[in-house]
Amino acid sequence: MFLLFLTSGLFLGWSLGANDASNIFGTAVGTRMVKFRTAAIIASLFVIMGATFSGAGTSNTLGKLGSVNQLAGAFIVALAAAISIFIMTRSGLPVSTSQAIVGGIIGWNIYSGTPTDITTLTKIVSSWVSGPLLAAAFAFLIYKLFLAFPRLLRIHLFRLDAYTRMGLITVGAFGAYSLGANNIANVMGVFVPVSPFHAITVMGITISSTEQLFLLGGISIAVGIFTYSQKVMTTVGEDVLKLTPQAALVVVLAGALVLFLFSSESLEQWLIVHNLPTLPLVPISSSQVIIGAIIGIGVAHGGRGIQYQVLGRIASGWVLTPIIAAVISFVALFFMENVFKQPVYLP
Amino acid sequence: MLFKKTKMLERKMDEFLDVTSETGLAFLEAIKNYFDNDQVKFNNHLEKINDLENRADVLRREIESQLYTETLIPESRGDVLALLETTDNVTNQVKETILDFSIEAPVVPRDLHKDFINLTEHSVNAMDEVVKAIRHFLRNPMAVRDYLHKVYYYEKEADKVAEALKRKIFRSETLDLSTKSHLRFFIRHIDSVADKAEDVADRLTIYTIKRSI
Repeated sequence: MFLLFLTSGLFLGWSLGANDASNIFGTAVGTRMVKFRTAAIIASLFVIMGATFSGAGTSNTLGKLGSVNQLAGAFIVALAAAISIFIMTRSGLPVSTSQAIVGGIIGWNIYSGTPTDITTLTKIVSSWVSGPLLAAAFAFLIYKLFLAFPRLLRIHLFRLDAYTRMGLITVGAFGAYSLGANNIANVMGVFVPVSPFHAITVMGITISSTEQLFLLGGISIAVGIFTYSQKVMTTVGEDVLKLTPQAALVVVLAGALVLFLFSSESLEQWLIVHNLPTLPLVPISSSQVIIGAIIGIGVAHGGRGIQYQVLGRIASGWVLTPIIAAVISFVALFFMENVFKQPVYLP
Repeated sequence: MLFKKTKMLERKMDEFLDVTSETGLAFLEAIKNYFDNDQVKFNNHLEKINDLENRADVLRREIESQLYTETLIPESRGDVLALLETTDNVTNQVKETILDFSIEAPVVPRDLHKDFINLTEHSVNAMDEVVKAIRHFLRNPMAVRDYLHKVYYYEKEADKVAEALKRKIFRSETLDLSTKSHLRFFIRHIDSVADKAEDVADRLTIYTIKRSI
């Protein structure tokens, strides 16, 4: 029964793998700097690692927003997110799993009469804005440094190419890890409170029930990468975003850093110990972070060629996606409870 | 080990440029030998230019196929290939010119020898500067400009010398028309070396701008 209800989450994972892996390896594969097979293997491996070992932080934040306490409820929340992503994508609107799942949870909160924690919600929504902004700032700085580097060292054109390939793979691995860590909450977060798994110990290593859940989610992302992301990657690399491999390296690095900052519990601990300001551990949209980074490079170029209407469309997605997901979630919960007679919340 | 193939490719590219530059030097020597009437040395240089040109062709093909089969430098591959081919045209022009000297053995009046050598020097200088420009394009695009303007300078100088030489020849009352035409053909040949070097420089100008943004 649990596995059946988990399918909506696994589907979300699959779609995340199919779409978001291209944010990490799109240009590398599209420009043929890295083979798709290499990219897919590295991305899958590191997404699963990131999800399993570093996914807890962002899931806790989603849990604070609304702790879905019945399996059928969690199924509907993830399903509502998946459906709203499908609708938004079909209408050609920018959409993110992070924003859809928040809408789904709020829908559940309203249906079950649980008050939504406004502080947590503010924290989440503000990071949707600050994430891309931070990525833009990082990309700007890294790009400036990156331009100076080969000139200063007089690296041969061919050598630079070899370094860029290695860089794209290394940074891609880091990006995939951060993507897994940050976005697994969207895929599996709502199932954490209702997980029937028990901690198991294999060769002295204990894998908690949450980690098992995240491992499953990570695998579903990997399946998405292998089965569907090639098409998206070639499109990203060849059509939509014309980036040079060097610029792509900067964009992915900036994006990965931001995803990592918003998901790493150990980094948060370190910042607290050193009396530095911390960032909330919140799932953010990898696509929007990447767009932020690309804009950062655009600014480094003197601001030419930036399409400002794209920013407007993204901002509209911040409002529209959660509302659509919340409505779908609310309606679907009603059907689940009254038509299929499944409990969707514990009062 | 990690960058073995890259290093080999860099070496081949460097050798290609060495060969091009050496062809220019051998060209100047061969022309001087021709006017000194030193047939043995002229033939040696002719043979050397032949070998160098063949080597340049082999290197060019090897670099091109490696760039494509290993999908290296996807962004600047087309530029590098065009650069290789236009540079190869310069070497081909040198070979063709010196071969025609050997086959047709033009009779050049003694008072024109200096002008012919001067023209060759300007062409070879243009060739030399364009090779330096390419070397910098690969490692330090910011410095390419320093060499490109010299290529253009020597090409202009070659044009000026060629024009003055042609005027001198066609105003001559002692030379018959067939000799005049024959000499004009050789002046054009030598001047073409500088023109072909200028073609490479024109491409480099654009590619350098592309690499700097």
